Amino acid sequence: MAHLNQAPALEESVREFDLASTTVRELNRYLHKDLPAADAPRVVVTHPDGAHSIACGLDAPVDVEVHGHVGYYVAGMNKHARVTVHGNAGPGAAENMMSGFVRIRGYASTSAGASARGGCLVIEGDASLRCGISLKGADIVVGGSVGSFSAFMAQAGRMVICGDAGDALGDSLYEAVIYVRGEVKSLGADARFEPMSAEDRKVVAELLGIAGFKHDPAEFRRIASARQLYHWNADANQEY
Amino acid sequence: MSAAHLSLEESAGFDRSIIDYVQRAAATGLYEIRGLGAKRKVPHFDDLVFLGASLSRYPLEGYREKCSTRTVLGGRYASKPLELEIPITIAGMSFGALSANVKEALGRAASELGTSTTTGDGGMTSEERGSSKTLVYQCLPSRYGFDPDDVRRADAIEIVIGQGAKPGGGGMLLGQKVNPRVARMRTLPEGVDQRSACRHPDWTGPDDLAIKIRELREITDWEKPIYVKVGATRVFNDVKLAVHAGADVVVVDGMQGGTAATQTVFIEHVGIPTLAALRQAVDALDDLNMRGQVQLIISGGIRTGADVAKALAMGADAVSIGQGVLMALGCNSDSYVHNGQHVSAVADYNALGTAPGFCHHCHTGRCPVGVTTQDPVLEQRLQPAIGARRVRNYLKTMNMELTTIARACGKQDVHHLEREDLVALSVEAAAMARVPLAGTQWIPGM
Ligand code: SF4
Repeated sequence: MAHLNQAPALEESVREFDLASTTVRELNRYLHKDLPAADAPRVVVTHPDGAHSIACGLDAPVDVEVHGHVGYYVAGMNKHARVTVHGNAGPGAAENMMSGFVRIRGYASTSAGASARGGCLVIEGDASLRCGISLKGADIVVGGSVGSFSAFMAQAGRMVICGDAGDALGDSLYEAVIYVRGEVKSLGADARFEPMSAEDRKVVAELLGIAGFKHDPAEFRRIASARQLYHWNADANQEY
Repeated sequence: MSAAHLSLEESAGFDRSIIDYVQRAAATGLYEIRGLGAKRKVPHFDDLVFLGASLSRYPLEGYREKCSTRTVLGGRYASKPLELEIPITIAGMSFGALSANVKEALGRAASELGTSTTTGDGGMTSEERGSSKTLVYQCLPSRYGFDPDDVRRADAIEIVIGQGAKPGGGGMLLGQKVNPRVARMRTLPEGVDQRSACRHPDWTGPDDLAIKIRELREITDWEKPIYVKVGATRVFNDVKLAVHAGADVVVVDGMQGGTAATQTVFIEHVGIPTLAALRQAVDALDDLNMRGQVQLIISGGIRTGADVAKALAMGADAVSIGQGVLMALGCNSDSYVHNGQHVSAVADYNALGTAPGFCHHCHTGRCPVGVTTQDPVLEQRLQPAIGARRVRNYLKTMNMELTTIARACGKQDVHHLEREDLVALSVEAAAMARVPLAGTQWIPGM
């Protein structure tokens, strides 16, 4: 990726953190405590070199651009902020996000968007295992494919997968809904394909539009919970 | 022998409780789920006694000389460690398992006594934050209601790996307790039989845990202590891994620890006794030369001031109590207080198929004394002010017992109690705690 670590020329109001010469702690301290009062301040981060916890715990409508690959938990527990990673992300990108917008231009490792409660996570490449695990209300749009156990126990929210899905997609789903365009290796316990309604196509079109992906919503299939595991049942053979 | 002779020789292997188990399983095809902790007898703190001072040791005056109970937790990396007045804390129990009234009562009592309370699986309620001066916020595998604002409002974070009642298992809350508020907080459909995850969604294994702890430190600007709680199984290794991962405080929960709802087979057959776990945990800290830097909290069946004193003498820095405080609130009492009058709850116990003293029916949501319920009528049976007073009295009594023992052993600080002050009454306890059998110098295996 030619754009890695190369930040565009900066306006004066933009603050730059070069992680080759400063620490993640300094960056996060600034993002937590020292942001200017200006509307939507911008912060550019260069040379992340796989560092963990970049821009985690943000609580303000700041625009953060990271040029390079990041480690675990980029934008973890994000609120309000808009974080873009021009590179790949390690495990737990945007985990437990509450609101805001996180975009990974490359690939995402395991547990992307885990337990996220709000906001939107866009992954332009593939996402690994357990993408959207325990999802609690956020939207996730994946441009490529997702690994096995994605949307495991997902409780609420929407997940759009433009490529394929691995094994056990949507295992033990609650009320989250998955839309998938490609092949699904297998569905998890209690997940089932359901017909796409006009409303579903509208949702997919809206999320594809937000993510900037050009696919026909009619190519997607809907997966939701059969709700057979919602209650203890002596005849259920303990599949849960 | 007369013809009327009744033969009542009970089988040791197939006793009445096993017969009941087999017949229940045959009738329902489903395992039993229940609340509270292990009911079987295991070696415990009751099997230890103190060697009070005499000629070879010098006691403190029981009612006059000062004996400090101040307890500091979490100073290894956190810039704001917890400073508690007493080493007895309140264990994590969820809003959902407990009513909001109970959460408030626990917060008030703990605040009056200068100690901490802990949230549980299901998030932080405004009642408990408002009433708790020092509140530990649990980060559990389910992440129900987990909120960065609450992370910032908490005084410490406890990453829960496991629970003594069910190491290796996730939480459980049956549908009758998933009322609209609980459902909303957990983002679940109302009335669903909720089964929580047993693995964290965003990390796997001790190397990841170290990175997760760092993330929480970054989010809290390195201010708040991070606890790691494990259910007692391979305690020596687990404590070492938690310390390596960067924990400020390690919490070890033994098999007698309680639960609001878990399979009986889990409660009785998985995990090791608190006594054995405590010694292994202390050995792990010693092995890493981390005593004093990383604090150890032990929980799982701590009931009395004597238990607290023994735990501290064994090497714990503090204890954590769950079931004991529920009982202080009235759990298993035959009555509750309404308008200043005691009202019998016996019929309600009977309706659950149990009686005061035997109840473990927290999972039903029909707690006869209003402790573990979300029912709007039943929860009124426990008023926060009354509950707070009872828990405060209980904690105060235990603390007085603790200092009584410490003074008798010649200590000006309860944290000066030491293993050398203890002997065991049984071979099993001597082997687990690795203190001599009373009247001997013998420690089995040493
Ligand atoms: S009395 Fe209430 S708290 Fe105690 S065991 Fe019974 S249901 Fe649980």
